[in-house]
Amino acid sequence: MKTKVLAIDDSRTIRNLLAATLEEAGFEYHCAVDGREGVDMYAGVAPDVVITDINMPNLDGFGVIEELRGTDINSKVPILVLTTESAPEMKARARDAGATGWITKPFDDQSLIFALKRVTGAVA
Amino acid sequence: MSGSIQDTFFEECEELLEAMDEGLTAVEGGDHDPEIVNAVFRAVHSIKGGAGAFGLDELVGFAHKFETVFDEVRSNKVQLDTKLIQLLLRCSDHLADLVAVARDGGSTDEEHHDTLIAGLEEYLDEEEEELTFEPMGLGGPAAPPPLAIESEKNYTIRFQPLKEMFGTGNEPFFLFQALSELGDLKVVLDESELPGFDSMDMAESYLAWDLELTSSEPQSRVEAVFEFVEGLCELSIASDKDDEEEAAALEALNAAFGADAGPLGSGLPEVTPPAAAPAEAPETDTSGPFEAPAPAEEVKVAEAEPVEQAEAASPEAAKKEQRGPKPTLRVELERVDRLINAVGELIINHSMLAQQIANLNAGDMRDVETELEGFKNLARDIQEGVMAIRAQPVKPLFQRMARIVREASSATEKQAKLINEGENTEVDKTVIERLSDPLTHILRNAVDHGLEKPEDREAAGKSRVGEIRLSASHRSGSVCIEIKDDGAGINRPKVKQIAIEKGLIPENAELTDSEIDNLLFLPGFSTAKEVSNLSGRGVGMDVVKNAVTGLGGRISITSTPGKGSTFTIILPLTLAVMDGMVVSVGGQTMVVPITSIVETMRGSDDMINSLGADGTLLSIRGNFVPICDVAGALGLMKPDDQPPGVYLLVETETGQRSALAVDDIHDQRQVVIKSLDGVCGNIPGVAAATILGDGKIAMILDPESIISAGGTAGFDTERRMSNAIAS
Repeated sequence: MKTKVLAIDDSRTIRNLLAATLEEAGFEYHCAVDGREGVDMYAGVAPDVVITDINMPNLDGFGVIEELRGTDINSKVPILVLTTESAPEMKARARDAGATGWITKPFDDQSLIFALKRVTGAVA
Repeated sequence: MSGSIQDTFFEECEELLEAMDEGLTAVEGGDHDPEIVNAVFRAVHSIKGGAGAFGLDELVGFAHKFETVFDEVRSNKVQLDTKLIQLLLRCSDHLADLVAVARDGGSTDEEHHDTLIAGLEEYLDEEEEELTFEPMGLGGPAAPPPLAIESEKNYTIRFQPLKEMFGTGNEPFFLFQALSELGDLKVVLDESELPGFDSMDMAESYLAWDLELTSSEPQSRVEAVFEFVEGLCELSIASDKDDEEEAAALEALNAAFGADAGPLGSGLPEVTPPAAAPAEAPETDTSGPFEAPAPAEEVKVAEAEPVEQAEAASPEAAKKEQRGPKPTLRVELERVDRLINAVGELIINHSMLAQQIANLNAGDMRDVETELEGFKNLARDIQEGVMAIRAQPVKPLFQRMARIVREASSATEKQAKLINEGENTEVDKTVIERLSDPLTHILRNAVDHGLEKPEDREAAGKSRVGEIRLSASHRSGSVCIEIKDDGAGINRPKVKQIAIEKGLIPENAELTDSEIDNLLFLPGFSTAKEVSNLSGRGVGMDVVKNAVTGLGGRISITSTPGKGSTFTIILPLTLAVMDGMVVSVGGQTMVVPITSIVETMRGSDDMINSLGADGTLLSIRGNFVPICDVAGALGLMKPDDQPPGVYLLVETETGQRSALAVDDIHDQRQVVIKSLDGVCGNIPGVAAATILGDGKIAMILDPESIISAGGTAGFDTERRMSNAIAS
């Protein structure tokens, strides 16, 4: 079984990069173009891990984490934040909402895969 | 692989730059809606994010500064005043340039770049300035490089998760799995704190692990495994070896983490348990819990119930939810064009079929004709649908023009503001693309020659800031684009004098105001005494005119002294199909675009009045209109002494009316435009060709150029002008 990743990012470039990186590394890749779509897709995709951007239209990354961890969805899967933001207070906010980890863009393939393995135990 | 992704990036950049421009223009117009500011911020942010992925450092650096200022605006730390808006607009232009340079190579004006950076930095705190784009955590590529220590080390790791860790989706087992990839790992579970079954609290964390790792990896790699759980666990990592190099690496690591609270290395202190820690105000603490296990943050995590917080926040988040954009589909242009071609063939095929059926003589054909009519309507629906795919709003084009006006006004030290109207008017994509240059030129001209200097405007009782109105609208099957300035208007005596000096018109020419205005479109005309670096680039208005006529359009100018000038461009909605009137001229079948025909009438002798040797006038309801003999103008042989039977009354863009004399009218139908470019070049009077139902080729006429090519001797300025040039 491939590890299923749901990536939520409003940048087509980043989505394409993630798709290339993750599919090459053997992950099953799904993506959403904004926070709202990501949350809506969650149940259908049933991912093993979520990667989300912070700055997005229609529900930002914090909103995504809050909704996924909220009682309605009550997701237990790891949620990695992938963003250019690196301000500590942003990270604190994300963690308080229930984020699993924080990856700073630009990401390199190796650290991304490494991070995914650490949170999912995926053998890619 | 990365090549195509990079293409995606540049494509996306174009969209983002458009969105940014749109937002900034709205902001400039006084709309400071937070959602607009947010949208601009996100656009810049996405450009930065993508640029970072491809190592486009200059772009990243600039976008970062730009974005940071916008972030300040967003959080109301900086007020959006006119000065800042102007700066942001210039920055957006520069960002577009940087994107273009990143894509196409070349370079930007460094001085300009630095000026803008300096301008942006004025709005940034010093603290903000230090915030470089370098990723701070281990996740980024700037993670400390693995040290070249080959010797094996034994790490002793004590790991005890706090209960908060389980709310973040971190799983100890996976951490151990990652550790085991670094070397030989022994895991011992410490369950000594596990209470009896009855007093167990499901939410509490009781377990701890003692790990023994034998690895040649540096300690930083081992710590990196625990990156995400820092502050969420009690962690100590000790190794049996410690050398200077490693200590240095550790220092670098600590610097990256911003943790001055203590070394993360061998002597990592036990983290103060939450309950024992004093409740310091967590808000003031800026050190990140993801990076530095600062006790104060521990308290924050322990006090704030993550779940409750999420619940409290989600309804609000749900409220913020907005309806998304309409779903769209991105299709290669080529596919659409193939479809358009096929539809064109379908229409030709329909007319052939109709002709065949008409030739059958097979009795009662009413049913067939009804179905054929249905076929025709469907074909038209399909054609309109396909055209709608190619149609795009002029908005992006108009938005780019704002920049042209900005640049032109700063180069000429004039003040100008561009007002766009009818931005949502949809026009064929090709038309939009090919309209960019003519519009640019007209707008530069409007600023350079049209608008007066601020002092002069003030003296004339006008606002110092000149106004240029760029508008688009649909007008009876055509698209009308107007560029209207409130400048001084055309200096007609000067224009006329120049035209005489350049030999474009005879010295004694009697011209109407409108004729003088339209002299501007003659080749080789330029009113600027000295060639200004702006509009005088060797491109005259004649090039603009050619570009517009090349699109099957017309351009004209009207002007009121002291009030300003208006350029009007009329374009066909599509370049592929048009409604035409099929006529016969000199024994040949030809098509005249319906859009240019005002009225048709059958002539009789008493309507025709001779005027001199080669001029004739048609009298229509008391008005006289010059007659243009189409066959003569095209150089076709006229059947002897047979007076043309039908007149097509056409109106040129300048409002001149002429009656085109043709032999007969056959039909009015939709025809597919086939370009003659590359087949037989430019034929005066002929715009394109089409294929008729019987399979024959018919020329599509260009009434305006027929009128100017001949036929109405003594009435047409351009004819006289071209005569003057010839002599």
